[in-house]
Amino acid sequence: MAEIVLDKVSKRYPDGAVAVRDVDVEIADGEFVILVGPSGCGKSTTLNMIAGLEDITSGELRIGGQRMNERAPKDRDIAMVFQSYALYPHMTVRENMAFPLRLAKVDKETVRRKVEEAARVLDLTQHLDRRPANLSGGQRQRVAMGRAIVRNPKAFLMDEPLSNLDAKLRVQMRTEVSRLQKKLGTTTVYVTHDQTEAMTLGDRVVVMRAGVVQQVGSPQFLYDHPANLFVAGFIGSPSMNFVPAGVEEGVLRGPLGDIPLTDRVRRLLTEAKAPREVIMGVRPEHFEDAALVEEHARAAGVVHRAQVDVLESMGSDKYAYFSLGGERARSAELEELAADVGIADLSSSGAGSLVTRLSAASGAREGEPVEVWFDPDKVQLFDPSSGRNLTYSGD
Amino acid sequence: MVLEVPDRRMSPEARRRAKWWFVNAVVVVYALLPVLWIVSLSFKTKETITDGRLLPREWTLENYRAIFGTSDFVRALVNSVGIALISTTIAVVLGTMAAYAIARLDFPGKRALVGVSLLIAMFPQVSLVSPLFEMERGLGLFDTWPGLILPYITFALPLAIYTLSAFFREIPWELEKAAKMDGATPAQAFLKVIAPLAAPGVFTTAILVFIFCWNDFLFALSLTSTERSRTVPAAMSFFSGSSQFEDPTGTTCAAAVVISVPIIVFVLFFQRRIVAGLTSGAVKG
Ligand SMILES: Nc1ncnc2c1ncn2[C@@H]1O[C@H](COP(=O)(O)OP(=O)(O)OP(=O)(O)O)[C@@H](O)[C@H]1O
Ligand SMILES: [Mg+2]
Repeated sequence: MAEIVLDKVSKRYPDGAVAVRDVDVEIADGEFVILVGPSGCGKSTTLNMIAGLEDITSGELRIGGQRMNERAPKDRDIAMVFQSYALYPHMTVRENMAFPLRLAKVDKETVRRKVEEAARVLDLTQHLDRRPANLSGGQRQRVAMGRAIVRNPKAFLMDEPLSNLDAKLRVQMRTEVSRLQKKLGTTTVYVTHDQTEAMTLGDRVVVMRAGVVQQVGSPQFLYDHPANLFVAGFIGSPSMNFVPAGVEEGVLRGPLGDIPLTDRVRRLLTEAKAPREVIMGVRPEHFEDAALVEEHARAAGVVHRAQVDVLESMGSDKYAYFSLGGERARSAELEELAADVGIADLSSSGAGSLVTRLSAASGAREGEPVEVWFDPDKVQLFDPSSGRNLTYSGD
Repeated sequence: MVLEVPDRRMSPEARRRAKWWFVNAVVVVYALLPVLWIVSLSFKTKETITDGRLLPREWTLENYRAIFGTSDFVRALVNSVGIALISTTIAVVLGTMAAYAIARLDFPGKRALVGVSLLIAMFPQVSLVSPLFEMERGLGLFDTWPGLILPYITFALPLAIYTLSAFFREIPWELEKAAKMDGATPAQAFLKVIAPLAAPGVFTTAILVFIFCWNDFLFALSLTSTERSRTVPAAMSFFSGSSQFEDPTGTTCAAAVVISVPIIVFVLFFQRRIVAGLTSGAVKG
């Protein structure tokens, strides 16, 4: 058990590529922290630096208050679960799980007891004498977890441990991992590029982009108060809608019509010295079919009337897609997000598009106009040049 | 060997198999016939040796008795086994270390090292015989075990390095990281995780190197002068019949059969350890 502190940690690879830049994160004892971000943003590099598998170029890593930069991996007392599981193919499941204990010179009886206990927790008891080659993907994944938990390390590091599993097994193992971590109470750093895993698993989420930490916070906080366009687009599924808008005398003018600015938003905009042209972000789930909204709430909100392009019924909800007139919101961060997450799927034409999530009771139909309603207070405004959230009221 | 006769009613699958049987049979006969011939000659008596029959009319162990009766041959056998085993061990150990470095590490001069070892492998050995002869005489290595072991290692090392680095490249090196995370020192990670996985490659290389050393004739002939270090291939060329006019065919063939046995034993022994697909199951689902 220990807290992990990354103090201005940077990594420059020998070929000159800076993979991680000035990462400052403090992970409390027993906390479950997720590192999330698109491919190549430096998640694995950060994790490997904590593990000791990569040297730290500058900055300091402390585990349990002690400087770790120069310590070999084996002296850091942390366990790691690899994306590829990295099971020893010439050993049985039992031998795989016993390996860390045998290296630690634990006596035979204790090894047997601990391995069997871990096997019971992970439901591997009947597979103990099989070899990894004969196990299914999910079983291998559990063996990899078992090897990590047997010796009660100070911390667990997991690098996309579920990404080789099929969708159903992934959801199942996700709950498993979460349950296990709660039960053991061991500090855990978990890398993923899947925002659902990030939202559901962690106590706190660290969003990274191009080696730089964008924001650190609880999943709910990141969802409600993204610090910039990148985080706003990355967290939440489907992604937030982004449309260009202009700020003029207390109203926001854009393809969704004129939106009155609330006092709170107006105050924040003045504080932030907002430019006249901004990017407006509204989450799909903050829309509702106007016909289903109560009269006085409806009057307080904004109603937009448009023709439904595509309607997807999920049973529990309906997703209605609209195309908006005018240009699509443009920003370097959005381009990167679009490339990575594919949020620009529907709007490849260059015109803006809008995704809304409506109640299942909605009468919206494909090809027919419908009125959608949203609460203007839920709107987030971003600076198109820096990507900064102008309505950010965090802390 | 069973040769299926092609039949008009055979399915395409069966016909394809029959074709392969036929091709295999041709290859096997082509390769084995000379060997069978040597075996046959080694069991023939002096009188029937030129009768041209594959199956000896009269079987005799006379030739074997003759070669084991001379201390020369037994001594040469000991030399062969000793020299080949020592050379193989040293070449494989050094080759393993070099191949590990080549497969795993980036160090300055890596390309040069690989290039130089390739150069050695390509160097015509014949051109080295006279200089080696002079050098070994000067150093007092001529006609000693080390006098043969040293050049064998020199020429076996490139072979070992190449074979081993091909094997090492296939090992999932993430396992080494996993071992380090599990608390292993670099030495333990190598011994307990990497070495067992590399073993098939090491054994394969050992077989190849052993055969190379065992079969060498050129150095064995030119860098030795007495039974002190002469190996079997060289000793065989000194066989003579009981009289000047007698051809030592029978004894030579018997010796050839005898020196093939260790190779066969060696290969059969190590073949069991060459378990294909040992690394499967290490990674992915
Ligand atoms: N050994 C290396 N040498 C040079 N550059 C590297 C090396 N390993 C990674 N990089 C670079 O560092 C950056 C971060 O890589 P990293 O593996 O940490 O990404 P990641 O966030 O884990 O991505 P993914 O989700 O694809 O696993 C990438 O741009 C990558 O090209
Ligand atoms: Mg990675």
